[in-house]
Amino acid sequence: MSEAESSFRENRLDEIRREASQFGTVQQPGIRAAGSPLPKASPQTGYYQQHLLKEPQWTPLVPLYFFVGGASGSLGVIGSLADLLGDNDELARKARHMATAGSAISSVLLIADLGRPSRFLNMLRIFKPQSAMSIGSWVLSGFSAFAAASTLADILDRQVDGSPIATFLRTVGRTGCTVLGMPFHNYTGVLIGATAIPLWNNRVRSLPREFGMSGLQSAVSLLELVGETDSNALNALGLVAAAFETWEGLDLLRTHDRELAPTKEGFTGALIQTAGLLSGPLPIALRVASLFASRRKRRLRQAAAISGIIGSLCLRYGWVAAGTVSARNWKIPLNIPDAADVQLQES
Amino acid sequence: MSGATDHTGIQPGEVTAFLTDSTLCIGCKACEVACKEWNGISADGYDFTGWSYDNTAALGHSTWRHVKFVEGHITPGIGGNSAQQLSWEFSSDVCKHCEVAGCLEACPTGSLVRTEFGSVLLQPDICNGCSYCVISCPFGVVQKNEDDGRAFKCTFCTDRQKGGLMPACAKACPTESIKFGRLDDLQVEAQVRLATLQARGMSDAQIYDPTETSVKGIHAMFIIRGEAETYNLPPKPEVPTIYLKDAWKSAAFEAVAMVGAVVASFFFLGRKG
Repeated sequence: MSEAESSFRENRLDEIRREASQFGTVQQPGIRAAGSPLPKASPQTGYYQQHLLKEPQWTPLVPLYFFVGGASGSLGVIGSLADLLGDNDELARKARHMATAGSAISSVLLIADLGRPSRFLNMLRIFKPQSAMSIGSWVLSGFSAFAAASTLADILDRQVDGSPIATFLRTVGRTGCTVLGMPFHNYTGVLIGATAIPLWNNRVRSLPREFGMSGLQSAVSLLELVGETDSNALNALGLVAAAFETWEGLDLLRTHDRELAPTKEGFTGALIQTAGLLSGPLPIALRVASLFASRRKRRLRQAAAISGIIGSLCLRYGWVAAGTVSARNWKIPLNIPDAADVQLQES
Repeated sequence: MSGATDHTGIQPGEVTAFLTDSTLCIGCKACEVACKEWNGISADGYDFTGWSYDNTAALGHSTWRHVKFVEGHITPGIGGNSAQQLSWEFSSDVCKHCEVAGCLEACPTGSLVRTEFGSVLLQPDICNGCSYCVISCPFGVVQKNEDDGRAFKCTFCTDRQKGGLMPACAKACPTESIKFGRLDDLQVEAQVRLATLQARGMSDAQIYDPTETSVKGIHAMFIIRGEAETYNLPPKPEVPTIYLKDAWKSAAFEAVAMVGAVVASFFFLGRKG
């Protein structure tokens, strides 16, 4: 408080005292300096502009799980189908093993995020179709088991030639990985879309698509980083995923709903825009360049892969962080238009 | 008021409710204290919000009743007879115990259940702290206690109700601003009270019970004055499960497209030579 302001307040107190002793009452309202209590609750300012919704209480492990799970699910599909459709035995085996490792890491990340990790099995007490969290837990458990089965089949194959157990495990494991890899690689979009957070439910249709394609791109990128940079099929898949991400990014920029503000402004906006760039136009350019380059093809593919992975990570962290910002918006849940945004300290 | 040993006369199986009447609330916070004492909830600390005399701020894991101090614009005839006065309303907020509850739908462990009194109960012995209910409540009621690891919210004093006692907050309320009873009885009582208030000239009085939305009504209704927004009550709360159909449809299309892309690319481009 400045000296002038405090002397003003002291003078005002003297004035009140004089008035009280002279007339027995004080007619005017008391001191109400700017910033003093008694702001207003009103249909324009809501309840003191306090946000109604609670912020997500997930730890930073959850967006990381979204990344690992998305990649793992897509790797499961690639690993189960690639060698059946072409000469890709080595690539498919790598994909299967990475899918198995990914599903194990996913479980660890999810359990570590729980408030009571020792009770993680409570997730499997019930099956609840209307809870995306329940479906996700079952899908993760099932996928992990099938991925482990197909990896076990690979190990058995190396030990024994034509083992019937290996054949059984391979068939069951691959079928399961393909079927469950589909929901596993994109259900997290459903998980956050079907909540009370205004930003997420505004994009409930696009989030599963975007997260799914981001998972596919991460899978392709991870395989390229473990040496599969000569596969044209992977490059084509990478191009498809990056083209889709570009389209989703443009769609987001074109849409001007106020719910989407956290994806365009501030740190979360920067993160999501960066994610769009790194998983859309940049890998497209690098992948196309790798098709026409006479040398350094491998380097270009690796650069595209790194860009895609960082982009996918930014995408997951960006959307979760933007949801937290969205939860703090007091106007949207109360249906208060932005035009009615009046000063809290209104005299 | 009922005496210490009076039975509510309500049997398990009957749907019970709160009717919280802001026109009777004096802001004493007896409900907050009674709730904390009966349920053994920890204190919130001596934090001052700085934006009003409401220093409880919001419902949360350790706050199951929250008296809102709704300090409004200077309106002659409201909240006092002098035009110099601000309007000065109080309203004790609580879990709404929705007819279709977002938290209950979202819970993957079955910790959240519908009780024999029609209320929504979070069983702490089952909750594993996934915190999905926190972001599924359209009223921002449920919260995870980061120290404890589990989520908590109003139990509707199910333990007391089983023993024929009314919830602690309702019992402690000195003005009967918090009424407890059978849901259908209180729905009628709310209408009668509304008519009385309007006959007294409080034309802005209204009942808050969002029956027209996907929440399909609440078991903790409110009588308020003016707009619901002023009380931080959402005019159109929606249960997040209404978004599921669109979300899964989109997920299914993308998943099929992904598998299609994998099959096509490895079939056409996956062969050597």
